[in-house]
Amino acid sequence: MTPAYLTCFMSTPIRRFISFVFVTVFLISNPLRSLAQADHKSVAQEINAAEHELEHRLETNEEEFDIGEMIMHHIADSHEWEFAHGVVIPLPVILYSPDRGLEAFMSSNFHNTNHEYNGYHLEHGDSEKIVPADESRTVYDLSITKNVASMLLSALILVLIFGSVAKAYNSRKGSAPRGFQSAMEVLILFIRDEVVKPNIGPNYHKYLPYLLTLFFFVLVNNLLGLLPGGANVTGNIAVTLTLAVITFLIVHFNSNKHYWMHLVKPTGVPLALLPIMIPVEIVGVFMKPFSLMIRLFANMTAGHIILLSLFGLIFIFKSIFVAPVVSAFALFMNFIEIMVAFIQAFIFTLLSAMYIGSAIEDNHEADHSH
Amino acid sequence: MLLQILLQAAEQSGAGLAVMGAGIGAGLAAIGAGLGIGRIGGSAMEGIARQPEAAGRIQTAMLIIAALIEAVALFAAVICLLISFKL
Repeated sequence: MTPAYLTCFMSTPIRRFISFVFVTVFLISNPLRSLAQADHKSVAQEINAAEHELEHRLETNEEEFDIGEMIMHHIADSHEWEFAHGVVIPLPVILYSPDRGLEAFMSSNFHNTNHEYNGYHLEHGDSEKIVPADESRTVYDLSITKNVASMLLSALILVLIFGSVAKAYNSRKGSAPRGFQSAMEVLILFIRDEVVKPNIGPNYHKYLPYLLTLFFFVLVNNLLGLLPGGANVTGNIAVTLTLAVITFLIVHFNSNKHYWMHLVKPTGVPLALLPIMIPVEIVGVFMKPFSLMIRLFANMTAGHIILLSLFGLIFIFKSIFVAPVVSAFALFMNFIEIMVAFIQAFIFTLLSAMYIGSAIEDNHEADHSH
Repeated sequence: MLLQILLQAAEQSGAGLAVMGAGIGAGLAAIGAGLGIGRIGGSAMEGIARQPEAAGRIQTAMLIIAALIEAVALFAAVICLLISFKL
């Protein structure tokens, strides 16, 4: 538990005491974090109630805790990045409309009573949407939202990590890897030797960059989403749809004649069954990337919903004694979510490699080495 | 008798029958996933017990198949979510 460099000049009872302090502080800070979120909840609800006073008649001091709204607020995309109560970073709003052209402004301009600015209205439904005040105009929302900003951050992290790893390999040609480079080497070699090479076969160099990028992109975004204040990027179905479509395009632009022959004439199928097999195969072509998309999206979103529901339980019961039990269970769930983050990145990469391998495999005589 | 109580509760609670259906569906999907992955885990344990040297390969295959089964259960969970949020 204690940092490794301290263990050399510290005795065991002191180490144990410091570990105990760390664990206690961590367990206690979990409910405090949720308390901070709940504070912001009641402030936001008061602002909303003040604005829509025609609709919401009751202005009681004790607002009802709406767990559905809290969960959706943390899962959905947003035009500002909220790390904690009061620590909100407004993000740029970039809108393109055919009559007004490109407009860009900060989303903090929407912090007035009507959520309105410059002819645009920010709707707070399940997810935030910018609609023009004049309904007839079409507006394309190209803003840097929370998910986009988080993706840019993870892209920066990936470039930094792999830039340094590549530099380390270049400067230490032929000698053993050291430090962070050796940690990355474990993951990279695992993907290359266990995932890509067995499934794609001898021509794997062509697809290795894409599959490694895919694995680390999904992994870094999964892990960033688990941090407090993190954005739910891979739990956004548009992101997973894009990744699945890229895999789909790569598979079909690299497929050979055998792959298409399998679609219209699967081997070993008697002629009478062909009218059934062909639609099944064609549906299968589209179901594979669809299942990739849904699997990653649902796993990540479900995990976040579970954690948020657990913390919300403290406020549904309105009791501080529920907090230690819930925090311990949520800690356990957090560890499971970290494991799921790794597994889902691995599964996405493995299935992409298998689909690419099945599209480029040459002959039936050469079997996979089982 | 139980069904009558359930239907009455769904009607009076204001959430509607669709949301109750979504809840039951999600529960059934969880049962399905639990059964499927439980069987996989059991077979994997047996295989590792028979041949401990193959433990690494068996474990990898177990994780892959568990993820595939879980994907199907999550299909159902996503549909239940869609129903309960009325999309």
